[in-house]
Parts: sequence; C-alpha cells; structure tokens
Amino acid sequence: MSRVRIYQIAVVAGFILLLEALCLAGVIDKVTMPPPHIIFRDFFRMISAGRYFDEIAKTMLNVLTAFALAFVIGTLTGTVLHGYRTAREILDPLFATYYAIPVFAFYPLFIVIFGLGDGPQLLIGYMLGVVAVIVTILNGLDRVPNVLKKTARINRLGPLQTALKVTLPFCAPYLLTAAKLALAYALIGVIGSEFILAHAGMGYEIGFAYTNFDNATMYPLILLVLLISIVANGLMSWWETVLLTRRGIK
Amino acid sequence: MSSVHVALRGVTKVFPAGGGGPGVHALGPINLDIRKGEFFAVVGPSGCGKSTMLELIAGLTTPSEGSVEFEGRQISGIPDGVGVVFQEDACFPWLNVRDNVAFSLRRQNIPAAEKDKRVDDVIAMMGLKDFARSYPAQLSGGMRQRVCIARTIVVEPRLILLDEPFGALDQQTRLLMGDEMLRLWRTTGATVFLITHALDEAAMLADRIGVMSARPGRLIDVVETHWPRERDSRIVERENFGALTSRLWKSLREESMKTMGRMGIRT
Repeated sequence: MSRVRIYQIAVVAGFILLLEALCLAGVIDKVTMPPPHIIFRDFFRMISAGRYFDEIAKTMLNVLTAFALAFVIGTLTGTVLHGYRTAREILDPLFATYYAIPVFAFYPLFIVIFGLGDGPQLLIGYMLGVVAVIVTILNGLDRVPNVLKKTARINRLGPLQTALKVTLPFCAPYLLTAAKLALAYALIGVIGSEFILAHAGMGYEIGFAYTNFDNATMYPLILLVLLISIVANGLMSWWETVLLTRRGIK
Repeated sequence: MSSVHVALRGVTKVFPAGGGGPGVHALGPINLDIRKGEFFAVVGPSGCGKSTMLELIAGLTTPSEGSVEFEGRQISGIPDGVGVVFQEDACFPWLNVRDNVAFSLRRQNIPAAEKDKRVDDVIAMMGLKDFARSYPAQLSGGMRQRVCIARTIVVEPRLILLDEPFGALDQQTRLLMGDEMLRLWRTTGATVFLITHALDEAAMLADRIGVMSARPGRLIDVVETHWPRERDSRIVERENFGALTSRLWKSLREESMKTMGRMGIRT
C-alpha cells in the first residue's frame, strides 16, 4: 500500500473518529446525529435483516437505468455531434449554460406528464448526466491525434469503424470520466427526486425517516448511498488509472 | 525495375482560403514517374508541399488539377496495396505491440492462423519479439516507429509511403532505422516513396532523389544516386556520398532561402 493511500485512509478514519468524539462529548446532539459506531451497528443490522432491500433494489435499478441512458445516449450524441461542426457550434451555448438550469424545478411538470411512477425520476437522473457525458466525450474526441485518424483512413475504416476501433478507444479515459459523472448525477437525480414526491425508494425512506426522527433508519440508508457511490466511483477510478498507466500518463 | 508504378501527371493542389479568397497554391504542377521497386526520396524546403504530395499518392487528398496513377489506375480514395508510415507516433496507445501490428490485418480476408504467422514474422523481422506484449508507452521512440513500420508492412503493401518517419529520432537511431528500411525494401520488393528533410538520409537510402522548390512545390531536379541495391548506412563512407549531398544542397539552398525569406528570417 502506498504512503499516499495510507494518508487517505488516515484522513477518513480521522474524520470518523472526530465525529465520534464530538457526538460522545455531546457537542453534536444525539437527536441530530448518533455517534458513527451506532450508525455502523444500525447499518449492519439493517443489511443482515434484509430491511429495505426492495427499496434499495428499486432505487438502484432506476439509478442504473438513468446512468445507462445518460451514458449511452450522451456518448452517441457526442460522437455524432463531433462530426458536425455547425451543429456543435449551435449547441455549445446550451451546453455551457445547461447546469445553470435547475432541472428539479421541472419535477412537478414531469409528474403531470409521466405520472407518479419511476418516469420522472429516471428523466431527472438522465437529464442531469447526459450533457456532462456529451461535453466530456467531445473533449476527448477533440484530443484524438490527426495521425490516428489518417491511420484509420489508410486502413480503410468507415466512420462507424473509425469511431469503434480508433477514436472511442483513444477516448477510453474520457469515457470513464463521463461514466463517473453520469453515475454521480444519476444518484443525485433519482434519490433527490424520491425525496420530493415519490412514494417508494431509498430517497423516500430517508425523507420519511427524517420526518419521523428515525435516525436508526435514516443514517444507515445515507451510509449505504455513500458506500455505493464511493465503491462505484472507486472501481471506475481504478480502471481509469490502469488505462492511464498503460498509456504512460500516470 | 523499369515499369512505372506511380505516375503524377500535371498534379497541382490548391487549398481553399477562408472567406472565398484565392486559396493557397501548395503544390505543382508536378510530373513524375516512380518506377516499380525503386526507392524514391523527395527533399525540399519546409512547407513546399512534400507531405501533400505523399497524401495525394496515398489517396488521403485529391489533386486540384491533374491525376495520380498507381499501377496504371487513377487514384480515387485509398488505393489497395499502399501503406503509409507517418512522422508522428501513430501507435494505438491502448493496444499492445502485437495487437497494433495485427490491426492492419483485421479487414484482410485471410485465415486466422495465417494472420498470426504474418504478425509473428513481422514482429520478429522488426526486432520486437521480446516486446510483443508491451504497450507503446513502454517503448522508446525508435521502437514505436518500428511498430508503425511493422503495422504497415504486415499487409505486404506494394507501395510504401514514408512521411519523414525518422524525423523525431536521434541521428544514430535514424541511421540504424535507415538500414532496417533498406533491408525491408529489398526483402519485400515494394516501391518506397520517402519524404525527408535530411539530405544525408535521402542520399543514403534512395535510388533517385527529387528536389522540390519552395511553395508551390515543383520538382526542380531529380538526382540518380547509382547505389547498388545491396547497401546500408556505411554508404556514407563512400567518396561520392559527399558530392551527392553537395549537389542536393546546391539545388536546395536557394529554395530554402526563399522559404526563410517568406518567414521573415534574414540569411
């Protein structure tokens, strides 16, 4: 294990210990937040009892669907758009200002259109992620050296083959960055939407526990969301490091 | 070695200017016959259109006027049987050496066992056997260029186009790579068209050397080297090697000065 990794673990452990000390000393009210060891205990009880598994499965399915939609559609759109300079120039201002739009403000409208089911949550998770994917893919494609495109032409690859065999593989590290962003936005979009108007899912259960002062449910669920996000991002970061190391960049 | 393999007939290239201006006359008119199996080099000042000429022969771009023929047929698109090695590193960084070399064969309709054998043979020929599983980032610049050459010759092209392939390498490596190129040229029997800035490199490698003028590039001289086919970098020790490079420089000096003058550099 590298020295940096030891320091990283020490920082996280130190933060948890600080929270533990503040909670035990009463600086943080136990109604506001129980000590971390209680949260971990409740978390393992929740997991071993199989509580909320249906809620977790429903939320994760929606997160994965929103992520997949944002990633696939974003990658395809970015790849196609890269070949059409005028269309890209027209859309650039939209991409630049897109994240100034509060997508959650449209949630009531989406409910009117799609009902109270999973549709609005998926749409928000997708909408939050897709432009980040498009912009990241365009950024990666801009960096493909001309000589590789010429090599593709010399090897008589058509546009689709060039994208699949040359430009997108070159952009693999950018694809992973795009995937990390799409996943983060899908989690925010789906769980955030469940907080507002849904009647099921992890976000709904966290919100419900919050309004009922049920810390034994709320904090373990928050911990689970954190763990899922950290593990998924960690795996993609590890993969990204493997690719970059192979290319002599890291 | 007498039949015409590549023919350029009144070839010019004008790049359109932005805003509907007259455009940049980059090349020509060029008239040139390259013989089958010969090693032809082109030298010329910076920006004279050498690489444009190579791209015209490769079918990567089309002439504004005139025609380019390969094996008697006018080129439109990338012709079959042509391989190109570029100056820039064209290795695919996500593929190892073996997969890089095999990349060119993916569209060839030959049995998998034959493909494997050809890849192995070419990797061995280029001295990359111990690095077949290495990624380009783990190789030196010279070795990466050898991977690119291997990827080009594995399809057994009848015409190999080299666009300053050793430009980024140090002098010793360039000489040795030149030896390897000569060996490959003899082994494959392919016609080789080399673009280079280096007069000594052209003089060492080529059967004939075309000297180009400043932009728009025209052939102002074609020099026969009269070297034997069996040769290597030791040819530079010959008495008439110096005379040959002197002749090339004599033809080129004024053109290079014109180019520098355009760039505002006083000589």
